[in-house]
Amino acid sequence: GPGGGAPLENANPLVYRRSGERPVTAREEDDELPDSIDDREIFDLIRSINDPEHPLTLEELNVVEQVRVKVNDAESTVAVEFTPTIPHCSMATLIGLSIKVKLIRSLPERFKLDVHITPGTHASEHAVNKQLADKERVAAALENSHLLEVVNQCLSARS
Amino acid sequence: MCEVLSPGLAVSVLKAIFQEVHVQSLLQLDRHTVYSIITNFMGTREEELKGLGADFTFGFIQVMDGEKDPRNLLVAFQIVRDLIAKNYALGPFVEELFEVTSCYFPIDFTPPPNDPHGIQREDLILSLRAVLASTPQFAEFLLPLLIEKMDSDLQSAKLDSLQTLTACCAIYGQKELQEFLPSLWSSLRREVFQTASEKVEAECLAALHALSACLSCSVLSSDTEDLLDSFLSSILQDCRHHLCEPDMKLVWPSAKLLQAAAGASLRAYHCVTSSVLPLLLEQYTKHPQSSQRRTILEMLLGFLELQQKWGHVEEDESTLLSLRAPVCSVVFSALTDPSVQLQLVGIRALTVLGSLQALVPGFLSPSDLELVVDHLIRLALHEEDSQSSEAAMEAAGSLAPLYPKVFSGHMVPRLEEELQSERQEESPCDHRSLRQRCLQALAAVSTHTSIVRETVPVLLQHLRKVQKGSEAGNTQDMVSVCQSLHRVALQCQQDAESCWYYHQTVVPCLLAMAVQAAMQESTHLLLAKALLEEEVLAAMVPVISAATTHLSPELATQSVSHVVPLFLDGEVSFLPQNSFPCSFQPFEDGECLEAQRRLVALLMAFVCSLPRNVAIPQQERLLHELLALSCSCNCPFTATTAAKCFAGLVNKHLAGQQLDEILQLAVNRMELGLAEGPCRMQALTLLLWVTKALVLRYHPLSSCLTDKLLGLLGDTELGPAAADGFSLLMAESPDVLHKGCHADVRIMFRQRFFTDNVPKLVQGFHGAGPDVKANYLKGLSHVLNHLPKPVLVTELPTLLSLLLEALSCSDRVVQLSTLSCLQPLLLEAPQIMSLHVDTLVTKFLSLTSSPTMAVRIAALRCAHALTSLPTTVLLPYKARVIRALAKPLDDKKRLVRKEAVAARGEWFLLGSPGR
Repeated sequence: GPGGGAPLENANPLVYRRSGERPVTAREEDDELPDSIDDREIFDLIRSINDPEHPLTLEELNVVEQVRVKVNDAESTVAVEFTPTIPHCSMATLIGLSIKVKLIRSLPERFKLDVHITPGTHASEHAVNKQLADKERVAAALENSHLLEVVNQCLSARS
Repeated sequence: MCEVLSPGLAVSVLKAIFQEVHVQSLLQLDRHTVYSIITNFMGTREEELKGLGADFTFGFIQVMDGEKDPRNLLVAFQIVRDLIAKNYALGPFVEELFEVTSCYFPIDFTPPPNDPHGIQREDLILSLRAVLASTPQFAEFLLPLLIEKMDSDLQSAKLDSLQTLTACCAIYGQKELQEFLPSLWSSLRREVFQTASEKVEAECLAALHALSACLSCSVLSSDTEDLLDSFLSSILQDCRHHLCEPDMKLVWPSAKLLQAAAGASLRAYHCVTSSVLPLLLEQYTKHPQSSQRRTILEMLLGFLELQQKWGHVEEDESTLLSLRAPVCSVVFSALTDPSVQLQLVGIRALTVLGSLQALVPGFLSPSDLELVVDHLIRLALHEEDSQSSEAAMEAAGSLAPLYPKVFSGHMVPRLEEELQSERQEESPCDHRSLRQRCLQALAAVSTHTSIVRETVPVLLQHLRKVQKGSEAGNTQDMVSVCQSLHRVALQCQQDAESCWYYHQTVVPCLLAMAVQAAMQESTHLLLAKALLEEEVLAAMVPVISAATTHLSPELATQSVSHVVPLFLDGEVSFLPQNSFPCSFQPFEDGECLEAQRRLVALLMAFVCSLPRNVAIPQQERLLHELLALSCSCNCPFTATTAAKCFAGLVNKHLAGQQLDEILQLAVNRMELGLAEGPCRMQALTLLLWVTKALVLRYHPLSSCLTDKLLGLLGDTELGPAAADGFSLLMAESPDVLHKGCHADVRIMFRQRFFTDNVPKLVQGFHGAGPDVKANYLKGLSHVLNHLPKPVLVTELPTLLSLLLEALSCSDRVVQLSTLSCLQPLLLEAPQIMSLHVDTLVTKFLSLTSSPTMAVRIAALRCAHALTSLPTTVLLPYKARVIRALAKPLDDKKRLVRKEAVAARGEWFLLGSPGR
């Protein structure tokens, strides 16, 4: 498990480059014009989540990608697909949970969230997706102080 | 006291202490006395003590054994350092001496809160490190200890071990390290490969660098094997293959390790690069993807940059020379890659290659150099991405001084040609942006005196051409030329010859063009020429100023003898085109002279930038004219400029009767103007600038003027402008009255202004009527905003209640500056702020729904900063804040949502496990 001293499941993973900060446009600086919530904005919310195992972000591990984020601001829906680094990754549920919690904390309540594994990339895809979609289970997971601790660590800003 | 002891007594005293006193059972203060006795004797009776031989060392070991008080430890560590440094006999007690000190490593001490002794953890760490790293005799005991502690779970222990290792390498040789090299390397490698901390990584790399340096310069006896090569080959063996996996996590850690080892000596550099450079070049060809190539080229660049550390290198020694062709081809291929990121690395590589030429002669052939310039021109002018274009211009600027002939002969003519070309096929918009790029590139490449002489005439000629033209958008074009001219001026400042050439060429030319335009307007009453627009004149100001500030006093005197008579007497003979249809008299009355009066901006740029010791001819007359203009002119631009020019001169004016007279005159005119009539605003502007000029130089009259300004805060008409004026007083002004233009600026003026005037502002606020109260808050906000944060934190308790009141003020400038004032205070003085948590939470949350975006952002940043207060203080508010921050998550502005997400996320973590 994380921090337990066990050997890493994937010690030298592929590493991807971080996208830079989103450049601020003149439109965004205009007090009057509204900016709709777009894919990049959602991606920015989740890309810097820390991986539970590596000192790397989900973006650097390519677990999340902007092309796998879909938002519809008008209809208040967000769908995020994430791709575990290996098909047997035991952290998949935890990663999904971190993404979900980050979105719950960061998006207006009107949004309906769908977080699931990229089809065909994990052995227990179906079971993990089911857990992530289950509101009661997610709430219960966050009552578990050990799980909450790991999730919070994933969501903390790295110094 | 020591001096009166007869010889031999010191030894007897010490022997008695060593034998009769069990020091560690004494009280702290008494133990401290024992250490002091020993320290004193070591200072005055060194010979006698040394007579005791190793017994003295042993005696001291027993004295300090078990010491626990940090105050005493600092003294004891110092004694051990002296024992070693002054060569006291350690005898058979080296290991005991090591044990009695190293048992404190790594230091684990946190000073108690409100510790009156002021001993910091860092003091003990450094003091102990100085002991441990003081002698190679400790090496056999210390190195295993360091290797063990590098593996510690505590980051501080890791860092301390690494830093101590680095310190040891400075005094160790190969002999001490030999036995431990494999373990040291494997620990360092493990840390760099695994760590998430940049600090640990940096210290590991520093330690590896130190090890490699130590092995590189150890003096060996003839029968000893040189271990540098074998050490480096183990590093190469463990790291080299990772360089072939540019997508994988270990690629950069491996490259950094190799670079740290290679950077330690020329020998290490050759050993590493002769293996790594060919490998990287091969890998570049093997990996076709831009992102992989970028990583490989960045690594290559890192190794090339190291070469610069060694200065000139003999030809036969240079690995690099043999790799000339493949290195160039890799770099050139990066420059034509569609990926901007790869291009950018390629451009950086060009700069490095160019500077290597000086170290490795023959590295770039003349045809390579021309190719380099061609690439730079293409990227600078035609690359779509502005980052690449800018990087190419910067690269041209840094290479130009190395190869001035290539750049002036090859690049400047091409740029000139592009600038002048009138291509019909392109849309006017593309054409304009190409011209912009040309102008920027001409400025960027002007980094050598011979090139400046080519580019300045091109820029001036272009300015003339634009002025004559009638195209729309002329104003922007002229501003662009001025920006380029400004950059060239800055680049010329350090070279006296270029500086004078620039001044003599540019200043008269700009003045002539401006005078010409102003006269056309006065005689024919033409529509305003673009050249005379405020925007263009304002862009010329920094050009003239930068061309003037670095002149020698002699040359400045020569120039001022032309420029001042031009403005006072219409003396135009020194201007390049000096036949004008009428006379130039900017200080005369008359409606048709309005255009001429605007040129006071150019006078200001010149005369306020002169070194302080340059005498200004007819200064008193000039001051009178400026004063009159500033008070009477209806055009705000001209009146303000005249006031600034007056203030700039007054700031540098010698103290004495003349100054007092002109100031008195100014005060009278201001009072008259402020009293009533159409010119109250002009009088206020003059008051502000003159006050600033005098505040900066601590002139006695400044307090009287500041009081006038404070009085105006209660004025319903001028109050808001006077309040904003406090910002002008405290901020650095870009064109006059700053250090760069030789103004008399005392460094503490802001603190002094604060001390003198903030009590008055506070008092004024309490006494003010409701309609003007905000003016006082605004003035205060401006003062606080410009105060250094440490000063602010100490003054906080007296002002906090006022600041909290200011949060309820409806003026958004007050809100904004109060929030930006409170935000750092939350981070730096959490204890004091905790007392007001209730008010702060309420006000911040309510300001998150301000109609002004900037206020909402600032309020959310404050709500975020609140999380640095003690958790126990915040927990009662957690649920409420999280609920309230849900609303700005749906703000219509993205920038606001971003701050809300950050703040709310932090609040969620409060008091939660894993924070």
